[in-house]
Amino acid sequence: MSDTQQNLPENAAQLANAAKDLSEMAATLAVQASDLIQKAGTHGDGFIVTGLTVFVLACFVGYYVVWRVTPALHSPLMGVTNAISSVIIVGALISVGASEIGFSKLMGFMAVVLASVNIFGGFIVTRRMLHMFKKK
Amino acid sequence: METLAPLAYLIASICFIMALRGLSGPETARQGLVYGMSGMAIAIVTTLLLPIVSSYGLIIVGIAIGGSIGAVIAKKIEMTALPQLVAAFHSLVGLAAVFVAAAAFHDPVSFGIGTAGDIKIASLIEMSIGTAIGAVTFTGSVIAWGKLQGVIPGKPIIFNGQHALNALLGILLLVLIIMMCVTQSAFYFWAIVLLALVIGIMIIVPIGGADMPVIVSMLNSYSGWAAAGIGFTLHNNLLIITGALVGASGAILSYIMCKGMNRSFFSVILGGFGGEQASGGAQDMGDRNANIGSAEDAAYIIKNASSVVIVPGYGMAVAQAQHALREMADLLKAEGVNVRYAIHPVAGRMPGHMNVLLAEANVPYDEVLELEDINRDFSQTDVVYVIGANDITNPAAKNDSTSPIYGMPVLDVEKAKTVLFVKRSLGSGYAGIDNPLFYADNTMMLLGDAKKMTEDILKSLE
Repeated sequence: MSDTQQNLPENAAQLANAAKDLSEMAATLAVQASDLIQKAGTHGDGFIVTGLTVFVLACFVGYYVVWRVTPALHSPLMGVTNAISSVIIVGALISVGASEIGFSKLMGFMAVVLASVNIFGGFIVTRRMLHMFKKK
Repeated sequence: METLAPLAYLIASICFIMALRGLSGPETARQGLVYGMSGMAIAIVTTLLLPIVSSYGLIIVGIAIGGSIGAVIAKKIEMTALPQLVAAFHSLVGLAAVFVAAAAFHDPVSFGIGTAGDIKIASLIEMSIGTAIGAVTFTGSVIAWGKLQGVIPGKPIIFNGQHALNALLGILLLVLIIMMCVTQSAFYFWAIVLLALVIGIMIIVPIGGADMPVIVSMLNSYSGWAAAGIGFTLHNNLLIITGALVGASGAILSYIMCKGMNRSFFSVILGGFGGEQASGGAQDMGDRNANIGSAEDAAYIIKNASSVVIVPGYGMAVAQAQHALREMADLLKAEGVNVRYAIHPVAGRMPGHMNVLLAEANVPYDEVLELEDINRDFSQTDVVYVIGANDITNPAAKNDSTSPIYGMPVLDVEKAKTVLFVKRSLGSGYAGIDNPLFYADNTMMLLGDAKKMTEDILKSLE
């Protein structure tokens, strides 16, 4: 425990540096985003700006949250991220539920099957892993 | 519902963030998983309640089929086969992304992104990027799965002009994407899919087995970016947020793995590691003598120790030696020996692989320490038991600037009083590098299968 405490200031310093780098990256991204706004504006579709804002912020959240994950749990982390990336099923559900019988419905159906394998498989295998981690 | 749906999606996103946040410790992780599952349930139910979704029959069938396949696989899989399973799962996300993009391309009305043949340009760009990443993730993960499963040889496949060819394919992909956006033709859409599938194979084929932790993490990241790409196409913030979280997570894991090997991400991606050096390392082996011992010798040494550190590697997973290892540790602990485990960041074939295997064998996680937490303790350790690991203990990484792994952080096992090194033969490790530790005075080589050797020591101890 004392070891981790000694490392804390060091880690904090590293984090601060990383944050600095990130803020610089964010600044360049912001410039690129504003370029995109102008381009997107000509098509009358404002979503790209909103989407990009959300995307960049979520990357930041992901960055900070994932750095706090203990290395011992990196395998469960992959299990969880694998399961939640199957949230892509949302798109598949729309095409199955909304499309007429046809090619799109078929594509959507297959995507629903694949994503479901992942959602159930990913969460269950992660649960199995996490239940094995016990204290003394 | 139209206004409530984005709010529900927001809640689902927060649940996913909480799921990752929980993984900061084993106790909170289980609670985090509940958040993750709730988030997914909220996302699915919300989508089903959207007015545009009118028929449920096929959806229920699809979820039932996929869900039961996934559940059965996840319950039956051996923990040693985890890296393959994760690679296989990544491939499914990639393929699902391609299918969703195809559905949106052929039926843009349902997704509100235009009409067939007249899709908004921004949506087309996002769609083609999402499709391409999805397809690369699919075939890349299939190849990675094959290498991990042993269906495809783990040795890198390299040929002349490989990088030039890959660069050419990349440029061609860009051209196809532009053509697709301009013409909106289905031909170009499927050409993108096909080419991206080929690229996925090409980029993973030259990468050797020892680099798999990086590749599995990288594909993890790709599956996230693919989801985010589809999220942009469908104007869905939940997909974008989740994709970004997963993408960031995979990218960080790749970074940690690269750091653990002191390699740059690009040198891993360019591949070839573990192929050429194999012949060079084996030459200067004959003139040095290794101290070879038996299980009885090892049992005698280990019995008289007061502190033991166990260093597991991929060989332990292959031999399924973790249970025998824990029994040995239990016996030693009963005799008052201080037993701990040292885990190198790249031990095994995926991040955290060793931790899961030890946990499976009921090793308490507070006895399992990371490299930076245990490295300074080796000088006060009586016996180090290296089982199925090699390169991660190689002192050449510290003192031989000509070694291919020079600069890689390694466990300082040679500082212990005695090193017991379990290995099949005196051959070099996965990266094909000779390990001077085999010939050190304080090293005793225990040649044989990791599980059998541990069981034999266990017998002698009893």
